[in-house]
Amino acid sequence: MTRTIRIAQICANHAELEGPLLPILHAVQGEFGCVDAEAERVIASALNLSRAEVHGVVSFYHDFTATPDPRPCLELCRAEACQARGVEAMVAAAETAAGQRVRVRTVYCLGLCSVGPNARVGDDLHARLDETSLVKLVKSL
Amino acid sequence: MTVVRVSDDALALACGADAVAAAFGNAGYTIERVSSWGMHWLEPLVEIDGIGWGPVTAGRVADVAAGKADDLCIGPIAGHPFIASQQRLTFARAGRTRPLSLDDYAATGGWQGLDRARAMAPADVVAEVTASGLRGRGGAGFPAGIKWQTVANAPGERKYVVCNADEGDSGTFADRMLMEGDPFQLIEGMAIAAHAVGASRGYIYVRSEYPHAIAKLNSALALAQSRIAPLRIEVRVGAGAYVCGEETSLLNSLEGKRGEVRAKPPLPALEGLFGCPTVVNNVLTLAAIPHILTPGGAGFYTQLGIDRSKGTMPIQLAGNIRHGGLYETAFGITLNELIHDIGGGTASGRPVKAVQVGGPLGAYIHPDRFDLPFDYEAYAGVDALIGHGGMVVFDDTANMGAMARFAMQFCAAESCGKCTPCRIGSTRGLELIDRIRSGAGAADAVEALPQMHNARKLPRSREEDMALLEDLCETMQYGSLCALGGFTPYPVRSALKHWPEDFS
Repeated sequence: MTRTIRIAQICANHAELEGPLLPILHAVQGEFGCVDAEAERVIASALNLSRAEVHGVVSFYHDFTATPDPRPCLELCRAEACQARGVEAMVAAAETAAGQRVRVRTVYCLGLCSVGPNARVGDDLHARLDETSLVKLVKSL
Repeated sequence: MTVVRVSDDALALACGADAVAAAFGNAGYTIERVSSWGMHWLEPLVEIDGIGWGPVTAGRVADVAAGKADDLCIGPIAGHPFIASQQRLTFARAGRTRPLSLDDYAATGGWQGLDRARAMAPADVVAEVTASGLRGRGGAGFPAGIKWQTVANAPGERKYVVCNADEGDSGTFADRMLMEGDPFQLIEGMAIAAHAVGASRGYIYVRSEYPHAIAKLNSALALAQSRIAPLRIEVRVGAGAYVCGEETSLLNSLEGKRGEVRAKPPLPALEGLFGCPTVVNNVLTLAAIPHILTPGGAGFYTQLGIDRSKGTMPIQLAGNIRHGGLYETAFGITLNELIHDIGGGTASGRPVKAVQVGGPLGAYIHPDRFDLPFDYEAYAGVDALIGHGGMVVFDDTANMGAMARFAMQFCAAESCGKCTPCRIGSTRGLELIDRIRSGAGAADAVEALPQMHNARKLPRSREEDMALLEDLCETMQYGSLCALGGFTPYPVRSALKHWPEDFS
């Protein structure tokens, strides 16, 4: 099955929903790791929207990306509560350990604010990190 | 067979609860995964016959089983001062029930509010919610009953109930704990709201950073579908935009649009989701409803609290605090009690420098004002807000100039771009704070551009830059469309006012 047909199928699977665009974008991003121009065209045509409208939505939200990034990704919380628990002092060490091999993405809040600094890899959460355990986590990815 | 209770809350999982539960399982114990008590410094907390041990690691499981872990034992959990001193209504089941057990839910008073509400006329349900004095727990504190009344009276066949579960504020986790620990209570609250206003569809908009809450809600909805029929509730997942916690931008996002803020009026209560009358309430607001609708519930609720802040608030103790977690209590408690008596001061053992109350848009409160009662109006009176009840504690190593800068940086990163004070003001504010903190006194890069004919070309003094920042804050506060641009000046101004030395 070509990618285009698969994306059209995803759109059809969500046809029953009210306001189906975000669920469709999540599904496409989840399956292909990005929502690129071609995907935008297919989705726009399925929902009777202009490509500009779809692109406007894709580019608005942090969760959707135009190109895939196959590297493992560590999401590190750098919001106030984790800052109060010392995350800023560990960022440089984590980025050095990550190099070009691992993507370290800043997020604002994972909702574990009493046991920070916190990080997330996929659906796995990590709390009470210090520089040693954070670097170890980055290297294990 | 001895039953061992371990939480499956995301915070407990992040602290290693699965490994602890597995170790007990291997040792032949029966494992019950329950919600979290909210004593986060003790997670993973293990409960056997009402006695608690924490924080337990997989390596200490054998010690706990053999009665050799007295250093971890906290005695009866329900009698722990952190729990015993609370007044839990919304979080009455926390730590006590299995989140997805319909039996546990029904055995602890579940569905009583819904059954009673459905036997009443919708107008009477609205009247009880109004009488309870419940105000929106998302931050704005708008009376819930009045909002419901507006939706109930609005013309139209199609109405919606939308639960705002886009809990993006740093230092808050009560929505997450409730969705993961007691999802049926939220569903019951939504079903009561739907009955009261005449809605047949409901949506729960959850942020994508909460995968465990999303999974729990979806499972709970599948289990409770027949109980809440004909109402249909669906979970929708956000996409990493902080501003979607603002109700109108949330509605745009649900409709599949950019999460841009809408100008009000029209109020969402009259023209909300897809242009239809819509109740938009926070998770904690809706979760407080089932209790209020039990016989005598509204009267009991309104007796709690002070002045116009009625009932209880689940307060979240976070950041650099020794005993962090969820503390539900009646309004009126002071920061001194919360931070020092209950929270035990900072985790680092250093003196408290500041507490940010109400998330990234809340003011930094100086220890001089820790006598302030927790109350919507008292906080508003000192240019602060209680927001969603999150408290982030900072010790004396924090630089408040850096925190003020972060407030502007965060606003610039998360601004939806619709209104100018927020979109441009946050970036200009960031540059301005950098200039003040570097003390360079150089001319502004933008002002120095040749096309800026009327702009000043000379460097400004520190006092002039400070006045400019004040001016900018005022423009953002009064000129922004929503709370993101409108409240970002709170942390900036409070930091400037109380810790001016951190800006040099």
